[in-house]
Amino acid sequence: MQKKFRLHLIVAVSALALVLSAATVSAQQPLPPLPTPDTPAPVPPILQSYKPVTQEQLKQPQDGDWLMYRRTYDGWGYSPLSQITSENVGRLKPVWTLATGQIEGHQAPPIVSSGVMFVATPGNQVLAIDARAGNLLWRFKRPIPEDMLLLHPTSRGVGLLGDKVYFAAADTVLIALDAKTGKEVWTAPVEDYTHGYYMSLAPLVADGKVMVGVSGGELGVRGFVAAFDAETGKPVWKTYTVPDPGEPGSETWPKGDQWKTGGGSVWITGNYDPQTNLSFWGTGNGGPWMGDQRPGDNLFTSSVLALDTATGKIKGYHQYHPNDSWDWDEVSPPILVDYQHDGRTVKGLVDVARDGYLWMLERTADKINFIDGKPFVKQNVFASLDPKTGRPNVDPVRQPATGKKADFCPSLWGGKDWPPVAYSPKTRLLYIPANENLCGTSIGEPVTYTPGQRYVGATTTLYVAPGADHIGELQAWNLDTGQKVWSHPFTNSQLWGPVLATAGGVVFAGGTNDRYFRAFDASNGKILWEFRTGSGVNGVPAAFQIDGKQYIAVQSGWGVDAARMQARINLVRPWEFPDVPQGGSVWVFALE
Amino acid sequence: MDRDLQCRAHEIGRRAALGLGFSLVLSPRLVLAQTDPAHERPREGDLLVTVGASGSEPLKPEELTLNAKQVFAWPMDPMTNTVRNGSRLNKVLLLRLDPEGFNPATKERAAEGTVAYSAICVHTGCDVTNWDPDRQLLGCPCHYSVYDPKQAAKVVSGPAPRPLPALALKIVDGRLVVAKPFTGRAGFQQM
Repeated sequence: MQKKFRLHLIVAVSALALVLSAATVSAQQPLPPLPTPDTPAPVPPILQSYKPVTQEQLKQPQDGDWLMYRRTYDGWGYSPLSQITSENVGRLKPVWTLATGQIEGHQAPPIVSSGVMFVATPGNQVLAIDARAGNLLWRFKRPIPEDMLLLHPTSRGVGLLGDKVYFAAADTVLIALDAKTGKEVWTAPVEDYTHGYYMSLAPLVADGKVMVGVSGGELGVRGFVAAFDAETGKPVWKTYTVPDPGEPGSETWPKGDQWKTGGGSVWITGNYDPQTNLSFWGTGNGGPWMGDQRPGDNLFTSSVLALDTATGKIKGYHQYHPNDSWDWDEVSPPILVDYQHDGRTVKGLVDVARDGYLWMLERTADKINFIDGKPFVKQNVFASLDPKTGRPNVDPVRQPATGKKADFCPSLWGGKDWPPVAYSPKTRLLYIPANENLCGTSIGEPVTYTPGQRYVGATTTLYVAPGADHIGELQAWNLDTGQKVWSHPFTNSQLWGPVLATAGGVVFAGGTNDRYFRAFDASNGKILWEFRTGSGVNGVPAAFQIDGKQYIAVQSGWGVDAARMQARINLVRPWEFPDVPQGGSVWVFALE
Repeated sequence: MDRDLQCRAHEIGRRAALGLGFSLVLSPRLVLAQTDPAHERPREGDLLVTVGASGSEPLKPEELTLNAKQVFAWPMDPMTNTVRNGSRLNKVLLLRLDPEGFNPATKERAAEGTVAYSAICVHTGCDVTNWDPDRQLLGCPCHYSVYDPKQAAKVVSGPAPRPLPALALKIVDGRLVVAKPFTGRAGFQQM
């Protein structure tokens, strides 16, 4: 018995020793094998069945798709989906949400094709997500160079064609990703970030080309739009917004070297007219900021340019205001919409400008004509407009200069900054995310150009107009009558919310510092539904449909200029505005 | 087991080498940062020369005016006189202040009242060019981050997520000399 027990003991101890030894061996095991770069991850079924996007689809997308920045080439930001209506939108609930892992301003629309959502975020990141279920399918991330000066860390989205996803990386590299895997297919250098150039726009894909523009108006850049072959990434054309000496428009610049650092950046996606093959691009203000340091009109800054998409040739332009001294970039391109004016139908271009004016223009194959212009917020800089050309008659007291301080409304962020307007063909209303009652001062100082360094030469302030009862304001304008139909004021917030209009009679926008994403009645501006996200909603909302169900998607993620403006308002109205936490997430909503 | 381990170690080594090879091919700036003395971050013993100066005369504390706006400088290798201006992240701002209000960390890093910090705002990477002489605060002109140079460049206001990296100084032969590397990574917040 004792012997048997001893035997059992020996067996037990041996077994324990074996276990311990195995554990020790296990602890000494080398790291598990690393996945090799040439071993691709399995492609999820939803990506295996991803259907290439055709040029025809870009021209006429399916109702349930959102294939580009504003959904359609005309820039309307309008979805024909009508399942979610002003009657039932109160039942809208979140379906899924996904953290992006990034801070700063999340401005891009969720782009949806074949049930796959592509979302660009700050931090040079693109996410592919199962749009219905919210599963992350792949993540592309490109490190931002550590020595980069990135004034506006954001991205406004991706472009699609074929089986590729086009992304304008902040460090001025255009990248084509494989939609199924998120791997780079090709990369094309666009400019040199060490000279102040960066990119933040969603590429415009049209006519077999991928077109991008550059940011950097505060860093001494010379703006341009460049086109690349969508299949190969080879450069096709490049058109500067500030002409070379001797080129048309160069006569509006002084004889010196100002044109080399003249600004005119392009940081919002252009709109496109397939009938004329013209793309329309908004351009930034001249640089440095004070107009007296670059005497002349400074074409083609603060303008809209009509570019021949085949060649890049400038076929027409309209300069909203010459010789800018207020930092009024006019980068939001006009939307393409026909409207009634003086008893006739105008093939129109309509722009809601940072200079505080609603501009009604006419597009032709080789020219842009001025039709009308009127302020949509308090504007005390333009005494009048030339009735034929639309050229503003600027009040000289309101124009700052080197050593000369001027006080002006709207502020340097303008009546509407980058957040895009939306237009509904059902209501024939244009929805404008405006900022009212903000004014400022600016005084210029001499500034020396150093490549890649700040090149502004101005000191500015911001203030709230005396007696103001609100700042942010969602407005609706009838384009045929030229009248404002309704406006919804936000008492204690600026408005940095891109707008989505839908056929269900509902308009969606976030953009306030209380972190709400809202649905408005398209006909009267009444709030029908609101949902509070984790951060402020600066993203472009989108609508899509899968298996007959309509969804609304948007990114939450406060930052960049929405946050900068609030910091400035806090200086003059401390403690009145809440701290808005940063941190991005994608939200998808549907009816219960 | 040993043989297997050896194989795997070899495999990992080969992959690491391949990876390094890729990164070297893909990141010429990284290669420069690692091999070119002009790209290397400030090192102990480096001298300081004014940005834009024609010569390479090292800075002395008395050349900085008490309580005046910051002066920008590059570190310089004392052996080869290589000015480390190959990366903008090497740019340093210098201030000479009354040490009376310094916090302990700043006191320890200062040399005769001279303090040195990275000149690059840690928010989005602009040069910290503003100076408020009344409040003795540093400011970034781009997004208005404000730093207190007497309190180890802590963030007083604005979006900057952390203090400016500090560079400890000492005086050797009457000249300002770097005593230690930056206290943190110079440059904007990585996302």
